[in-house]
This record gives sequence, structure tokens and C-alpha cells, in this order.
Amino acid sequence: MTATTIYTARKIITMNPNQPVVTHVAVREGRILGAGSLAELESWGDYELDTRFADKVLMPGMIEGHAHTMEGTLWRNVYVGWFDRMDPDGKTWSGAKSIDAVIERLSSAEAALSDPDEPISGWSLDPIYMDNKRVTRQDLDRVSSTRPVGVLHASGHILNANSKALEMAGLLKPGVNHPGIPLGADGLPTGELYGPDAMTPVAGFVGYDRAMTDCDERGLLDYAKLCVRAGVTTSTDLAARLTDESVSMMLDVTSRGRFPLRVVPLRVFFGMTPEECVAYVLELKEKSTDLLRLGRIKAVADGSIQGFSARMRWPGYHNGAPNGLWYTPPEQMSELYNLALAAGVQVHTHTNGDQATQMALDVFEPAIRANPSPDHRFTIQHCQLADAAQFAKMGKLGMCVNLFANHHFYWGDEHYRLTVGPERAMRMNATRTALASNVPLAIHSDAPVTPLGPLFTAWAAVNRITASGRTQGEGEKISVDQALYAITMGAAYTLHLDGELGSIEVGKRADFAVLEDDPTAVDAMAVKDIPVWGTVQGGRIFPASEL
Amino acid sequence: MLNHADTTSAASASAQAPEKPGKASLPVTVIGGYLGAGKTTLVNHLLRQANGRRLAILVNEFGSIAIDEDLIEAEEDGLISIAGGCICCSFGNDLIGAIEDLRSVEPAPDHIVVETSGVALPGSVVASLSLIEGIRPDGIVVLVDAETVVKQARDDYIGDTITRQLSDAEIVVINKRDLISDSAAQSLALTLSDLAPNAAQIEAAFGTVSLDAVLGAVAQPSSGGTDSGGHSDSLFDSIAFTPQRRFNAPALAEQLATGALGVVRAKGYVAGDDGAIWLLQTVGRRWQAEPVDHQPHPQLVCIGPKGQLRTSDIEALVQAD
Repeated sequence: MTATTIYTARKIITMNPNQPVVTHVAVREGRILGAGSLAELESWGDYELDTRFADKVLMPGMIEGHAHTMEGTLWRNVYVGWFDRMDPDGKTWSGAKSIDAVIERLSSAEAALSDPDEPISGWSLDPIYMDNKRVTRQDLDRVSSTRPVGVLHASGHILNANSKALEMAGLLKPGVNHPGIPLGADGLPTGELYGPDAMTPVAGFVGYDRAMTDCDERGLLDYAKLCVRAGVTTSTDLAARLTDESVSMMLDVTSRGRFPLRVVPLRVFFGMTPEECVAYVLELKEKSTDLLRLGRIKAVADGSIQGFSARMRWPGYHNGAPNGLWYTPPEQMSELYNLALAAGVQVHTHTNGDQATQMALDVFEPAIRANPSPDHRFTIQHCQLADAAQFAKMGKLGMCVNLFANHHFYWGDEHYRLTVGPERAMRMNATRTALASNVPLAIHSDAPVTPLGPLFTAWAAVNRITASGRTQGEGEKISVDQALYAITMGAAYTLHLDGELGSIEVGKRADFAVLEDDPTAVDAMAVKDIPVWGTVQGGRIFPASEL
Repeated sequence: MLNHADTTSAASASAQAPEKPGKASLPVTVIGGYLGAGKTTLVNHLLRQANGRRLAILVNEFGSIAIDEDLIEAEEDGLISIAGGCICCSFGNDLIGAIEDLRSVEPAPDHIVVETSGVALPGSVVASLSLIEGIRPDGIVVLVDAETVVKQARDDYIGDTITRQLSDAEIVVINKRDLISDSAAQSLALTLSDLAPNAAQIEAAFGTVSLDAVLGAVAQPSSGGTDSGGHSDSLFDSIAFTPQRRFNAPALAEQLATGALGVVRAKGYVAGDDGAIWLLQTVGRRWQAEPVDHQPHPQLVCIGPKGQLRTSDIEALVQAD
């Protein structure tokens, strides 16, 4: 007979409609033996009563359905974002509220370096919040004129470089003619580099090399720490290349005794034919372990709204910008969907603009008719601008959605004013319409684009507050209960993991988020502020304070 | 350097910082066009005609590189070696990195050909290439499927991709010409003149287009006169000169590029009014003229479709006093 531990808690939110709230949960062999009252659980035999959570609130371990483990890698660089943000070691970096503050933070990092050639790499700059005043190479030259300095913007679509970095890349010269490289009055680049094409020549010199999106060992360990601090016990890694090397690394790291996270990496559909990609993930699937779940595909239909590279239906961008770009054209998406459905492989598809969503639906419908797959759970990721008719179609086609629900907070004012205009800005990330259309719903952070934090994303979906404090899209608000379901059972469902994860009920993994307060009892505006004590993952206890 | 880019797309302008004297820059031709237009077939055709020119083909299409089996000599670390000294590799999402990697290839290639993805805008690709030291953008070739391009250009999803690709083009290859009637071809030519105002048009079937027309000639003429011997498909003519007189070099380049003379590409060196030797290059309607520091002998090669290349008019233009 193996040991049974029964935890008592102030409150246990189960997500099991038969008993939404209980006081005790029994754990055996890393799984939930039962949830209920102590009297109900005692019937399982000998146990040890653990009261360490007696004043805590437990809920199912949160599931981040769309994030990138590179967030863990980025924290080795200098954080210069506008918002306060916690690093893997639990230190909260205050937001840098002016260009001077950005320079000051980079300069103190510079002062700590001994190697004179080592670059300074900053990340998460967002001039939108600083009256859109542009950062120039001269600004960054104040950090250093002798070593390369580069700062990645929060969107990931813009890089600022200093003169030294531009010089090393051969760009500090007159006559540079590129739409992504603005020139100053002196005819030389200002140091802002827009888009991957313009960023790439410089990126390698400032610490953002080609393989930046691939997490390394330390990055994955750091990412897992961030997850514990956010109450997350399972996270996707939504666009990985999954080379042999990175799969080996992930298998190694996730098999270590105290690794606190289940990772679900999706192979990005790029650089392979649809046949090759489907065959590749089928092969990977065989390598899956409890803490590393392989065998899914991520496809990317278009770009981003704030980068004006999303594909929009009429009337297009509010500021008149030309339509965005297809990252995967309809013919290839169709081929991928058909082959994946035939092979029983799940595809998550990134769409931002409403035309990209429509394209995905248009190619999915004939594919599902040709390859009947009643439980495919193909998921549209971001899906930010979908309208009611598109959600209705998704519901009928059995598709899931994972909406970027905290976008309102970070960029909602920009969307309202600049990118899509008031009406579509209010409609964006229509969580309520999705639920009304019977579309299984998850919500996400897309870390590192925004900080990892399901409770914050839930708060954003419930309140729809922008950074300037406006409510944007009153009619699309959902309840706290619906939002908490989306970050647990909802996300689990989009990954076919709802039988194992997402609720506190018998047979499931003993994955809990341990909270200092009750998100269903506090004011809806306070949900984001609830402190996370740590997690329980597979029955193992991870206090954030001891990471 | 004087140059002319009669296009609204800043991305395809070809202004560059002055090259260091004597520094050889490596020409890069970008081949674009939507899925199914025949880019890969064209690339294979170019490899078959390479005839001693060392082409480095960079492919960004999904999946395996579709080089004809019989051309492949060896394959190692993603680099395919091809009979005759050519190489081929896929660049994924890192074209600049792939070009940097080519610098270590021995012997160095003579010409890089980039086959873009079906949804890429070739003008943007060229803009990125222009950021690389030692690289000279040398022509944007856009393939269209003669049978489907008009319908594609009206498609809700991909129409703007097709028209943006064409607006970047300097040479439009109307592939699969055999699948449409002569009257349809005439109407298509007019449509494409609107959609690709800067481009010379070439008709083709099965991607069989002259290497020299697509990539430019290696200008090594010994005497004047026409010559189609180098063109395996003999759908193209070229005319080569050793011009003796001095020219207003930019004006000559501009005239060669108007389209009236049937020139798809012209390249060579002429003596300018100022006595300096000028390098002239035209691709489609785009021309470029710049004085060079070294003193090559005057020579000029013009290439165009057989029956359209106005050889006598060109000869009159170049040889007249």
C-alpha cells in the first residue's frame, strides 16, 4: 500500500461541477485519489494529514495554452519594459518609465561587465507608453560607444541598436535603402530596425542570434521557475523547431526529479512539407513522457496586428496600412489540415487578422468533410479579430479557440486609436461570443510577448481594461468562474489533456496552484493581485519562496 | 551611381553605398512567384544550362529541395552539390545567414539565385539582400502561371500577394504559355503590363528560359553580331558589341531599358562622355549606370526573346557615331 497524503485547505476550487468547492484533497502516487470532505477521503485507508495549506486556496494547476519557453532565456538580458515584471528568481523589476530610465538600467548592466566586447542586450522596450518618442542610436550610445548595444521591443518586431552595433553590421553608412531602416537627418540609420529582415543583420551582434526562439537548458529551468511563481503546472511551447538536440535537452531537463512543469511543445510548420511535418510529429509523439508531451503541430497563417502584418478583411487597417502577409498560404494550410486530420495529428493555427481566421475556416471545412474526425480539437490561436459568424462556424466545425485576452490591457488603446479602430477594438478577443457559440475557450499570455500569468489574463478577460483605464468591449466580458475555467479545463481541453489535467478530481494528476486568497471571492478587479504561494505538480510541492 | 527605379516600391530601389574600389560584388537574382508558377522547374532548368557558371541556389520553399535527382552529385549537411560546380541549399527563415554561410564555400559561387517562398514579396527580399556587404541585387524575376494568374490576381486571399509580387518584377516569366491560346496570351500580356510596369515579359513553357536572360550574360564578346548559340532552347537572341565610341552612359542604359528594343537584360562596359569607363546594367525597365575604377575593355551584351530583340536597331544605337 503506497502512502496517501490528505491536504486540508481553506478552500479548494475543483472545476468539477459535481462538487465545485471542497475542503480536502487526497494524493497518492502523484495523482488525485479523491477530493471532498475529510470524512469522505478517510474511506481510502491510512493517510497522513498535511495542514501546510490550511490557510491557502487551492485550484487546479493553471495551464498556459500559448506561451514560448524563450521567456526563460530572455531574462538573462536586461529588462527595460514599461510594466513591473517578475524574473525567474522572484525579483520584480520596476517598469522603466522614460528613455532616461531605460538608459540608466542598461548602463548599470554595462558597468557590471568585465569583457569589453560583450554586448548589452535589452528587451521589452515599448515606446508606445512614452508618448511614442523613438529611441535612437545616440540614446543607446550613452550606454556604450565601444560595445554593441541592442534593445528588443515588447512586440518582438522592432530592435534598437547603438552606433557600434550598426557599425559592426556594416549599416552605419549613408545610402542604406530599406523600408525597415529609417534614416536620420544625417543620412545614417537612426538605430531603429523594423521587422526580421532589418533586424537580422544586427541581431547576432547584440545577443539576439538566429536560434533565439529555441530555449536552452538554463532557459527551460528558468521558465519553469516563472511557471511556479504564476501557479502554472503545464505550459505549451507554442512554436518550437524541436530539433533532435532540443528534444534531447527537453527530455533530460523534464526528467530531473525536481523539475516542476509539464511542457507541451508544438512543432512549428515551417521548413518542412506538410507530409514531412505530420510524419515528424508522429515520430516525436512516441518519445512523449508525462512531463514532455510531443506530437502536435503549430501552423502560422499571418503576422501580428500591431506589426500590421496580420491579414485583414475589408475595410483593412484603420490607419490605411496595406494588408499584412500570409505566412502560410491557403493551399499549404489545406494540405496540412487534410494530412493531419487523416493521421490524427492535432494542429493549432495562429491567426490574428479576421481574414486569416476566415482562411483557416475555409480550408478546414472541406478538410474535415474529407477526413471525418469527430474529436480533432483543432484550435485557432490568438484569433483576435474573429466576429460572431466566425465563432458560430468554429462551433459547428468542432474547433477550439485560445484567445489573447490580455491584449486589451497592453495594446487595446493602440488598437482603438490606430490599428483596427473603435468597433473592431471592442470586438477583439471575443471571449463571451466564443462561449455563446459553444467554442471551447482558453485564454493566454503569449509570453514573452506579455508576462506569463494566467490570473492576469483571466483578470483581463473579466474586466477588459486598457492600460489607460478604459473598458473596451463591455459586451465581451466573461465571469470570473468562466475565466478560471478557461485557464484550467479550457486550456486542457484544447490539448486533449482534459482527462488528465485541469480539475481537482479523482484520477487526475495532483497539479495544484496554491494561492494566498480566493479569486472567486475577491473583487473582480483584484483577481490579478492574488499572490501565488507556489504549486503542487504531480504531488510534488514547489513553494515559490524556495526556488 | 545613377540609377532609375520606376516603381512605387522603395524596397526595390537599387541605390547602394559606393562599393570599395576593385571589390567584386556577388550578383544575386531573386526568383519569386506564387505556388505552382514553376519556380522550381525554372531553377532546375537553370542548373542544367549553367555550363560552367557556379550557381548557388538558395531555396525557401516548404520542405525538401526539389532538385532533379540526376543533377545531384552529393548531399551533406543540407548542402546539395550539383554537377558542374553548382550548389543548392534551403535557407528557412534566415536568408542573410545562408548568404553569409556561402562566403566560406570554395570555390566561391559566381551568382546567387534565391528562390523565394510562394507568398514572399520579392522586393522585400531584395531590400534585405541590399543590406549585405559585397552583394549586388541583380534582377527580380517573377513567374506566373499563364493559365491561372488572372484568376489568382482577383482572389480574395491571395490577389494582393500576386499583384504585389508583380509590381516588384523586373522580368516576368509567363510560364505554361502552351496552355493558353494566342489571343489569351495577348490579353494576358496587356494585363501584366499594368500589373508589372517595370518588367520585361518572357513567355515560356515548362520553365525553359535562357539562363542568360534570367541571370544576365557573362559579357565576353570578341566581336559584334548576334548570337543564339549559347541558348539551348534558342528562344532567345543575344547581341554582343565592342563599342568604340563614347556615350552618355546613363542615357544609353535608359534607352536599352525602355522595352521598345526587346531587351530583357543588358550588361557591359562603355566609355562615357567623361572618358571614364561606365558599367551599364539593365533588367527589364530598370537601369543602372556607374563609373568604375578599373579599366575593362568596352563590351556590351543585350539579350531578348527571339523575334523581339531588335538587333539592327540596337546595333544602330550602339555603333552609330
